[in-house]
This record gives sequence, structure tokens and C-alpha cells, in this order.
Amino acid sequence: MTSLSVKEVRKALSAKGSLLFVEAIPGIQYNEVVEVDLSSGETRLGQVIDVSKEVAVIQVFGGVGEIDVKSVAVRFKGETLKIPVSLDMLGRTFDGLARPIDGKPEIVPEEWLDINGAPMNPAERTPPSEFIETGISAIDGLYSIVRGQKLPIFSGSGLPHNRIAAQIVRQARVKGKEERFAVVFAAIGVTYEEANFFMESLKKAGSVENVVSFINTAASPVIERIAIPRVALTTAEFLAWKYGMHVLVVMTDMTNYCEALRELSAAREEVPGRRGYPGYMYTDLATIYERAGRIKGMTGSVTQMPILTMPNDDITHPIPDLTGYITEGQIVLSRDMHRKGVYPPIDILLSLSRLMKDGVGPGKTRDDHYQVFMQLIAAYTEGQYLRELSAIIGTESLSEVDKKYLRFADLFERKFVNQGEYERRTIEETLDIGWELLATLPEEDLKLISTDIIRKYHPRYRSKGGT
Amino acid sequence: MVVGKVLRVSGPLVIAEGMRGSMVYEVVYVGDDKLIGEIIGLQEDRAFIQVYEDTSGLRVGEEVEGTGHLLSAELGPGIVGKVFDGLQRPLSVLGSLIGPFIKKGVKVNSLPRDVKWPFTRSSTLKPGDKIEPGMVLGSVQETPLIEHKIMVPPGVSGTLKEISPDGDYTIEDTIAVVDLGGGKLKEIQMMQKWPVRKPRPYTKRLEPVEPLITGTRVLDMMFPIARGGKAAVPGGFGSGKTVLLQTLTKWARTQLNIYVGCGERGNEMSDALHSFLKLKDPKSGRPLAEKAVFIANTSNMPVAARETSVFLGVTIGEYFRDMGYDVLMVADSTSRWAEAMREISARLEEMPGEEGFPAYLGSRLAEFYERSGRVVCSGSPTREGSLTIVGAVSPPGADFSEPVTQNTLRYIGTLIALDIALANRRHFPAVSWLMSYSLYVESVERWWRKLFNDWLQVRNEALKILQRENELMEIVRLVGPDALPDDDKLLLDAARMIREDFLQQNAFHPVDAYSPPEKTVMMLKAILEFYHEADKALSSGVSLQKIRELPLRVKIARMKEVPGEKFAETFKSLIDEIHKTFSELIGGEKK
Ligand SMILES: Nc1ncnc2c1ncn2[C@@H]1O[C@H](COP(=O)(O)OP(=O)(O)OP(=O)(O)O)[C@@H](O)[C@H]1O
Ligand SMILES: [Mg+2]
Repeated sequence: MTSLSVKEVRKALSAKGSLLFVEAIPGIQYNEVVEVDLSSGETRLGQVIDVSKEVAVIQVFGGVGEIDVKSVAVRFKGETLKIPVSLDMLGRTFDGLARPIDGKPEIVPEEWLDINGAPMNPAERTPPSEFIETGISAIDGLYSIVRGQKLPIFSGSGLPHNRIAAQIVRQARVKGKEERFAVVFAAIGVTYEEANFFMESLKKAGSVENVVSFINTAASPVIERIAIPRVALTTAEFLAWKYGMHVLVVMTDMTNYCEALRELSAAREEVPGRRGYPGYMYTDLATIYERAGRIKGMTGSVTQMPILTMPNDDITHPIPDLTGYITEGQIVLSRDMHRKGVYPPIDILLSLSRLMKDGVGPGKTRDDHYQVFMQLIAAYTEGQYLRELSAIIGTESLSEVDKKYLRFADLFERKFVNQGEYERRTIEETLDIGWELLATLPEEDLKLISTDIIRKYHPRYRSKGGT
Repeated sequence: MVVGKVLRVSGPLVIAEGMRGSMVYEVVYVGDDKLIGEIIGLQEDRAFIQVYEDTSGLRVGEEVEGTGHLLSAELGPGIVGKVFDGLQRPLSVLGSLIGPFIKKGVKVNSLPRDVKWPFTRSSTLKPGDKIEPGMVLGSVQETPLIEHKIMVPPGVSGTLKEISPDGDYTIEDTIAVVDLGGGKLKEIQMMQKWPVRKPRPYTKRLEPVEPLITGTRVLDMMFPIARGGKAAVPGGFGSGKTVLLQTLTKWARTQLNIYVGCGERGNEMSDALHSFLKLKDPKSGRPLAEKAVFIANTSNMPVAARETSVFLGVTIGEYFRDMGYDVLMVADSTSRWAEAMREISARLEEMPGEEGFPAYLGSRLAEFYERSGRVVCSGSPTREGSLTIVGAVSPPGADFSEPVTQNTLRYIGTLIALDIALANRRHFPAVSWLMSYSLYVESVERWWRKLFNDWLQVRNEALKILQRENELMEIVRLVGPDALPDDDKLLLDAARMIREDFLQQNAFHPVDAYSPPEKTVMMLKAILEFYHEADKALSSGVSLQKIRELPLRVKIARMKEVPGEKFAETFKSLIDEIHKTFSELIGGEKK
């Protein structure tokens, strides 16, 4: 299949954006990797993204800046982009193309893996159902995460998504299990400080030897941002499927990834889709986000927590919108809650975990969990509505019951949602706080909780002795 | 066969030269890996091919082989309860062959060739009988829930020369021989093939007049879907499309359901597969998987195959319709298919239409939805079947003015519009009663009238209350609820009861997930009865406060939890209690 003669072209036709156009020679493969030698002696990696009899289009990682089209050498490698992987990557830091940047030696590869992975056969998946306790009440109680889920954080500039993500990474555990876990961290076009914040907080949590980091900062080549999530996920899959580890992948900031994708699309002169993002962005993002889950008969899992900032706090912007269409829910941060001083400032109504129902309940968390969750949300919704209303008409004309709901909404934000950055609540503590708050409402209003559960957990019946 | 050469590779689009003599929609094998592709355009000797597998590694100059046939589905025993990809590769079998990840270039038969199925021939048939297309030759009890009829394939007519006795046969064994006349014989096997893009024939089209009972109250009562009708479910992310579509395929009163996951999540598909094995059909107590077919082309699988997945689903649906069954096919999400069309179209450098979608977006959607219908099936015995299609639409930014939603609206009979604001408030199913509509209301009313002669009246009154609520809320938002007169306040209470105690339905509740039609109507009647009586009481001088404090309301709120079998009883005692309570209240006032 592969010929021994190295295929090389010694001159390019033109260069633009991050694309290089070269005269096609026989045998060029679609999607194969190329090495581009610059006259300066530097070598950049690239990928064939279109090939015809006449022309091959190459997307160059590192960009085509400083490339002199007349004196460039392009070598076709005959295979797709692969990275070396090994268990020794744990505790190490790499760039967007998996080259070590921590001053330590190259790793000795156990395998070379295609960064695009392969789609998981849906019939071979196991539905995720193992509850991950993060110790954060809002998340555990209302948006429970399960192993194998992909649950992003939708944030806005200046909101504490990094602190929340770091807290989750620090505190997450699965009840009653001592298993091998790992964190794969990908910094995508973020500032050096942000990347460093994560590395430091992981170090403080004493888990640095369980972490593999891939760093592409704001100063690194834009085009490498296309590769970095895939590189990180390839590593995560290797650890999960080869070594049976439970891997949590944190990627921040996916907005920078999408911007890079848009740049690339513009350079290719493609017809732009909504707000200039390429029409295939849904599919492209899906090839990243879908790389999470569990597989029948295998121990490991890949759980994803991508972080993105919503441009202008707009959830209908294509980046959060398309992400929400792929992921299994979203944790949305609210500027309003942040201003009120609530940490974590989670938007209660916009956030959602779609896999929650499979991870909670008897034998998993507690038999009242799902109903308490539904009732808390319903009561808070009512409180929110009354808040809006009383902003117009004042609170005087509200009924006594209405006032209870108003107070409930406040208490809910201050006692249930709000907690310390280093505070770790068990799920039982979380649910008990929920009951305390629900007890401030008329009992007959708790329509979403069955009578037997009310009898079992409502403080009124609990304090009367009995159970 | 035509053999050409790859000229250009651009993602899923491959251009080949030397393809003169090929036909549009012909299946071709592309390159050394023999990737499956379909010709979507021809220009002189050039073929434009959409490739259904990953094209990485493909080189200019590799061979492209024509096959001479159109992309077709294999239809026959072995299909029910299975999961296929968009090319009808059996995903459950692939796992044991190549492991948990999908690789390209794998060729497997869609239906198993080695399984022997117990065939029972139609007792009335004998050699010499006239044979026509669609005629039922016999059947195979494929699962306890599905009797798979073995039919004469379309286009075959003549006289029966031979028919095999009852016994076990593979789908490739000949079970009948037909004399086509002129000395030509045609052997018939249990498996037939049918090109997925071509509608299967039937004798006559009928008006959809019966409701498809779904067990979802807001649909059965407010926005009915007809058997053989077509419906669309647009809604932003997380508004509940998938849950609704899955609920339909679980509980709708049909003989067979087809669930097509088109460009959506892998975990969702796996969840569906597992829950269909666990959940039991309410009528027979058998696992739901015994009357379901799954097609999965998840978002990370090759995009071009999204198109084949929906057409494959429709073809399988028509095939079971032809047996005389009521079939439901759901497609989640048609938007992902439309996006795949857009991507291929862009690579073909076609003139883009609105938002980059090709100009033929509308006609493609029409081709799809038009394959629904209630029909008199071809061949004897005389039988009717129906195929109902429900498609999810995923509008960017939940904005329904976009091309896929708008084009879809032109072809459907029921619009089930999901409102993300309702979903955020956890009002599920988040079906907007202001935006949704059903063109089938009038035609299905006849059926309902047999159960409740006032079905339409009850429905219309409830909708009117909800519409009035909407108007009143505008006022409330300006001046507060206190400014309203008491009867308007009572109406708001009634509207709230309709929303919370009737429309809201938890798809995961063991009892409430499926609401039988009788229960559905009675629930709404109980609420309206409460409202009517309360309204009378109010005009007799009973205070609103007193009405609001009635413990009866809690009972109404908990109607959902009462199982369907027991509901008639509950309903009767509720109505009695409503009357008693209010006459006491009014009596108290008069004293
Ligand atoms: N009838 C229902 N009962 C209870 N919960 C529901 C119901 N419908 C939807 N939900 C909740 O809403 C969530 C989102 O629903 P679903 O996954 O169906 O959305 P979707 O419209 O398909 O979104 P996407 O377009 O992103 O796929 C579910 O995970 C579930 O928590
Ligand atoms: Mg969905």
C-alpha cells in the first residue's frame, strides 16, 4: 500500500490564512499528514484537506506565516495525524500536538493513535448511570453528573467557571469506590494565567500525578486549537479503554476552538453559516463531544466537562447553541447570581442534566432525590415569577402564600445554591437542606412529591420522632 | 460494470472520472477500501459521489466501481428488535465482529442469512392461483409481537407454480415459484430488496381519520396526530424533542415502531435500546423491543449517511405498512439530515439557497413526509395499513423562522411546537398550546365521539381558557393580579390547573408516562367541572379565598398518579365530591 519513496513537493502554488496550496503529485491521501519545511529550518505539521488531480490543499498547524511559497518543501507522510500515547503521560504537560513542554524528555510511546478516533458503535455503549458526587449542592441535587456524560459549563467573561471546574475536579468522587481515575486537561487559547490557575489548583489537590495537561495559550498558534481537543480526547480514550481508568476531560475554552474553526473556514472561502461560523460546525463539534461514554464490558469511562464562554452572555449564539444540541445538558452560569454574591452562580432554570434520571434514586443517591429536585425547581420557578411580578406591583398585594414563595427563592439561592469553594456537601446533606427549604412552603403545595416520600423525609414528620 | 477513477476528494464528496454509463443514485464502491458511496450527480464522464464512510486515506487515482443497482434495503424476517446504521449494517452484529468502534470498509449482510425462520403458508393458497404484487404468501412469527407477513414483491404477477410447505427456512431459501408467463419463472424468497429512495406501491390512498393514540395527553386531547398522518416537533435544545419522540415510540398504539436517530447522541440511542428491552408493551406485557426497529446514525458517524438513515426508516415503515399494520416512524432530527444536505451541496458548489441550504431542501423534505399515509395495501387479502411520520426539527437558537422549520411546516398535519421557556420552567412536555396546531382535529373527532360525545367541546373549552389566560397575564404583568375581577382570577386558577394537573406529564413516571384515552378525557372533564361549579359558587357569593382553600384541589392534582384501570371509579367519586362540596359552599352562603 505505501510506497517507500517519500513523496515530496518542493514548491507551493500559494499560501493563505493557514492553508497552503501545492501542485498535486500522484498518491496523495485525503487527510494525510504532511511536514512543511520552511527555509528557516523550522518544520511545521499539516494535513491534506482537499485533493484533486491538480491541487492539494494543506491546512498547516502553526499557520502559513513566514512561509516562502517558492522555497518550501512539503513531505507527505502517508498516514493520518497520530500522536504517541503512554501511561507515562500522567503527570506531564504537552502542547496542542502532544509535544512535551514541561522540560522533561519525550515519552516512550506505547501506541500511536489517530487523533480523530473512531465513532463508538451506539449498540456497544452502556447508558451512563453512576452518580458522581461533586460536593456542590446545586450540581449534585439538581444537575447530577454521571460517569460517561458530557456536561459543559456555559459561562460569561469574568464569571468563575474556572473555580467551579477546579472545585469539581478536586472534589468529585463516586460513592464507595476506589478506582483508577485521571484528569485530562486541555487549555485552548486561554491566557497563561488561566492555564496556570488550573495546573496550580490541581497540584494543590495533590492529584498532579493523575493529570495530563495539554496547553495552547492565547499566544500559541491558532490552528493548533483545531487539534488540541482531539489530542486530549485521544489520550483520555487511551487511558480509559486501555487501562480501565475513569477519565474526566476538562477543556477550556471551547469558544476559542470555534473561533479557530471559523478562521479556517474563512480561509477556505467556504459559504459561511450563521454568524459566520461554518455550516458544519454542529458535526465538527459532535466529533469532539461524542467522544465520551461507557462501553459494554469495559471498566473505564470518559466524562467530559467542556467550558465555553457565551459571547455577550447570549445562549442562542451558535457556540453555546450547537454545543447544547450535542451535550447531555449544560451548567449555565448567571451574571445576576454572581452579582448577588452567590457562589457557584448557577442559573437554576437554564441549567440541566439530561442523564440525571438514570443516576439518582434508590440505591444510587436516595429515594427522594428526583422528586425533591422537581419540587425545588417548581417552587423556585414560582418564586422567580413572583419576584418579577413584585418588581412591578410591589409585594403588598401579594398573598401570604406568595410571600412564602418569595422567601423560598431567596433562601434557596442563599442556603442551597450558595456554598464555599472548599465546602464539600454529601448528597444526603444536600437533600436535607432541600427539605428544610421545602418545609417553609404549604405542605399541600408539594404536589410533585408523593405522599409516602413526604411522610418519610418532611421535617415535620421526621422531627416528631418516629423515623 | 463501470469502473472509473478518483479525481478529487473533499470530505464526504468524491468526484470520479471515467464513469460514463452510470446512473444517478447508483451505489458505487470507492477506492481500495471499497467505501460505500452513492452517485448524486453525473456530468459527462464525471460522477459526483457522496461517500457514506470516512474518506481519510483515499487517493486520487484509486478505482471507483459501479454496482448497477440503487441503494436498497433488505426487507424480511430478522429486522425487528435490531439496530442498524444508515446503510442498514446491523450494529449489534458489528460489535462482535470488529469491537466497540466503527471502522470503515466493513461489509456485513443487513439480515442474517443463517437463521431459519418458521414459515407458515397461507392456508388458502394453492398452485395455479393467480399471483399479484403484495399478496400474502404466508407468515413468520418473528417476535411474540410481530407476525411478519411474507408478501409477493412489487412487480411480480403470474400464477403460483409451487409454494413450500410449512417449515423452517432461511430468508434466501425459495418459498414459492411464480410462473410469470411466457415460460419465465420467478423464485420468491422471504427477503426482498427495495430502493430506499423510492416509495413502495399500494392500491389506494385513504384519508387519515383515526387518531393515533399516543398516551400523551397534550397530543391526544389538544393536538392529535392521525394514523397515517405526519407531524413535526420543532424545539430548541433541551426542549424535550427526543423524550417526546421516544415516548411516542414506547406507548403509541401501533403494531410496529421505527426509531431513527439521525445525527444525534450515542448515549441517547443506547438509552433507547436499553429502555425498550426493559419496558413492557401495555397490552401484551412483552418488551417493547419486540415491536421496534432502531436506526442509528449518530452525530459523529459519517454525515452523508444521515440521509440514508431517514429513507431507510421510511422504507422499513412502508414495508410493514404493506403487511396491514399501523406503523409509526420517528426521525430525530430531520435538521441534522438537512445540514448534511447543506454540507454536500456546498462541496458540490451548488448555488446556495436560504442560509446555505440547497434549493431542493423543501422538495426533499416533501419526498420524505409524503411517504406517510393510510392505504389499502396491494394484493390479497384486502387489508389497510398506515405509516405515521413524526420528525424532530432542531432550529438554531430555537428560532422557528429558519428554513428547515419553515419548509417542514408546508408538509405536515400536526405541529407540535416545543417552547424552550416552558421547558426551562420544567413544564413537560413543553408543547406550546399557543403555537401548536393539528389539521386532523375535525377528522379524528368521529372516532372520539364514540368514546365521549363531547370530546371536541371539552378540548375547545380548555384551549379557550388557556388562550384567555394568556391575555389576562398581559394585564397581570402590568398591574398585578389584584386588579382583576374575581371571575377572571378564577379563570387563571382553572388555567393553572389545566397546565399543571393535566398538560404536564412526566415521561418517566411509572404510571403517568402513559395516559389511556379515557383517563385523559376524564381528567380534563374533572378540572372543567370544578371550574364550572366554582364559577357558579362565585356568582352565588362564595369568596374566591374559600374556593382556593378547598382540599379537593389536591385530589385533582393527584389524578395523574391513579392507574388507568381504576380511573373511571376515581373520576366518578371526584365528580360527586365536586358537586357535594360546592352545593355545601353555596348552601352555606345562602344561610
Ligand atoms: N415529558 C417529560 N418528562 C420529564 N422530563 C422531560 C420530559 N421531556 C423532557 N424532559 C427533560 O428535558 C430534558 C431534555 O429533553 P430532550 O433530550 O428530549 O431535549 P431535545 O429537545 O431532544 O434536545 P436536543 O435538541 O438537544 O436533543 C430531558 O433530559 C428531561 O430531563
Ligand atoms: Mg434530542
